Amino acid sequence: MLLLALLACLLLLALIAAAHGAVAIPLHALPRLLLAHDLTEQEQLWRNVLVQIRLPRVALAIVAGGGLTVTGTAMQALFRNPLAEPGLIGIASGGALGAVAAIVLGAPGLFWLTPAAFIGSLAATALCYQLGQRRPGMSSLLLAGVAINVICGSIIGLFTYVADDAQLRSLTFWNMGSLAGATWTQLAFLGPWTLALSLLLLREWRALNALLLGEREAQHLGFALNPLRRRLIVLVALIVGPLVAATGVIGFVGLVVPHLVRLSLGADHRWLLPNTLVAGAIALSLADWLARVVVIPAELPIGIVTSLIGGPFFLWILTRRVA
Amino acid sequence: MKSLLSVVFYLASLTALAAPPQRVVSLGGPLTEVIYALNAGDRLVGDDASSLYPPAATKLPQVGYYRAFSVEGVVALHPDLVLASDQAGPPAAMAQLKQLGVKVVVLPAGATLDALEQRVHGVATALGLPDDGGKMVATIRQQVTALTATPSNVRALFVMNRSGKLEGAGKESTADAMLALAGARNVLAAQTGYKPLSAEAALSLAPDAIVTTRMSIDASGGLQRFLALPGVAGTPAARNGRVVVMDDLLLLGFGPRLPEALKTLKAGLDAPSPAAAK
Repeated sequence: MLLLALLACLLLLALIAAAHGAVAIPLHALPRLLLAHDLTEQEQLWRNVLVQIRLPRVALAIVAGGGLTVTGTAMQALFRNPLAEPGLIGIASGGALGAVAAIVLGAPGLFWLTPAAFIGSLAATALCYQLGQRRPGMSSLLLAGVAINVICGSIIGLFTYVADDAQLRSLTFWNMGSLAGATWTQLAFLGPWTLALSLLLLREWRALNALLLGEREAQHLGFALNPLRRRLIVLVALIVGPLVAATGVIGFVGLVVPHLVRLSLGADHRWLLPNTLVAGAIALSLADWLARVVVIPAELPIGIVTSLIGGPFFLWILTRRVA
Repeated sequence: MKSLLSVVFYLASLTALAAPPQRVVSLGGPLTEVIYALNAGDRLVGDDASSLYPPAATKLPQVGYYRAFSVEGVVALHPDLVLASDQAGPPAAMAQLKQLGVKVVVLPAGATLDALEQRVHGVATALGLPDDGGKMVATIRQQVTALTATPSNVRALFVMNRSGKLEGAGKESTADAMLALAGARNVLAAQTGYKPLSAEAALSLAPDAIVTTRMSIDASGGLQRFLALPGVAGTPAARNGRVVVMDDLLLLGFGPRLPEALKTLKAGLDAPSPAAAK
């Protein structure tokens, strides 16, 4: 029921987000812009803005929001820790390291940025997993993640030190995250990829529920822990890696949205996972819409919007529950 | 009579074809400054957050910072020309802008006289100005040549305080280019770009003069505090009060005000006993 309401909400929001922006396009003109052939010059501009800039952006917000949040939910169950998020196992910092290396060492055209960020995030996660596997239990994976994050952070610091002024600014903006570069070619890959892998993740709901009881309990219930862990981490890394590469570091969505949904729905992952998927898409679409319209004709970095709004909102929900 | 008419028509069609752009967006402070210097500021309908001089530039709608500008923000201003620094971006945004059919002219951002000349000519040509900026460039070159004829030969250190810590300017920075034009010797020539200043290194380099910007002095909490900072205090420059404080954009803008900036810089560097303790 909630899922349907959320989907309706997402659809409405996508419509509003598509209609709003620096270039004012009347809502009632949308169907005509997409379907008609006899457009005036003004309408031709609207259509170009709509089709080439705004729609890919709205779509990327939905894909990235959903992907980041559903993986956040899975990570919180896997680590049995409310503070877990995909960044914990080095995905974000590895991606950032790859991107920063590409900005500082690569050609000025930044052609290597996206591939390097993708490779960086996968490599950092793989390293994390390899090191964390040497001892039993999740805590060693967690500690390996902490260490990898610190190492990535310090190498980024080193690159920042040798970077020239222009590179410095590029990497600062990359670290704040943005959906501005969205293109249909990018989405043609990211959309199906994220959706398919997220569906695979949704199928793990029984195992995630069992993990909530405890690792030993999950094992007694018949879930082989090590293969499960590997499956989950590979899925999370494959979903989030390309997203980080495409959008930069967008924090907070994957951490907070699962909590919000859990507060209203309980911890049954059968419903929790699909609901967080849609709720995350809503949250990031909303944040991107605000980022685009608050300071027209400029834009805010989306990472700032997500934490600036998500943080207080989260606190408000928490305190309201206690009282 | 007939031929005269056809000539008139020909001229009219020429001007119609090459109708000079009237709605211009500038991406990059140095370009904005050139546009105003060429008396074409009234054609600007928007610029970016780095466009701080002249003050009129800050009153225009801003489409963000030129390295991370908003494509839709630019398009919403309905420009018939976008003048962009070659540092403007991200690259995806530049591609989208061109894809939308907006005319974009990219000009070099470098801190050299040649790049400045290309900026001036590029802006004048793109705007279809009767004055191609040749006179302005000639004046700048002539004044700069006159100023560089008498090198200052001072061993100088440029520092900037942007984030609570002093950063020194090495090679390939605009500050280094300015010191070089003034004939001063940059004591940090061994490093590249802006790097956090090591207090010990600054002392051992013993600069005779320190150059800094107004904002750095403000960020340090005034000249007295600045002079007491580690790395500044104890240098011959601080002892003798040879600290040159200049407006950030004047010193580092590398625009049409270059001769004025150089003159001020040289005056500060060559002053026999500047009153730093005032």
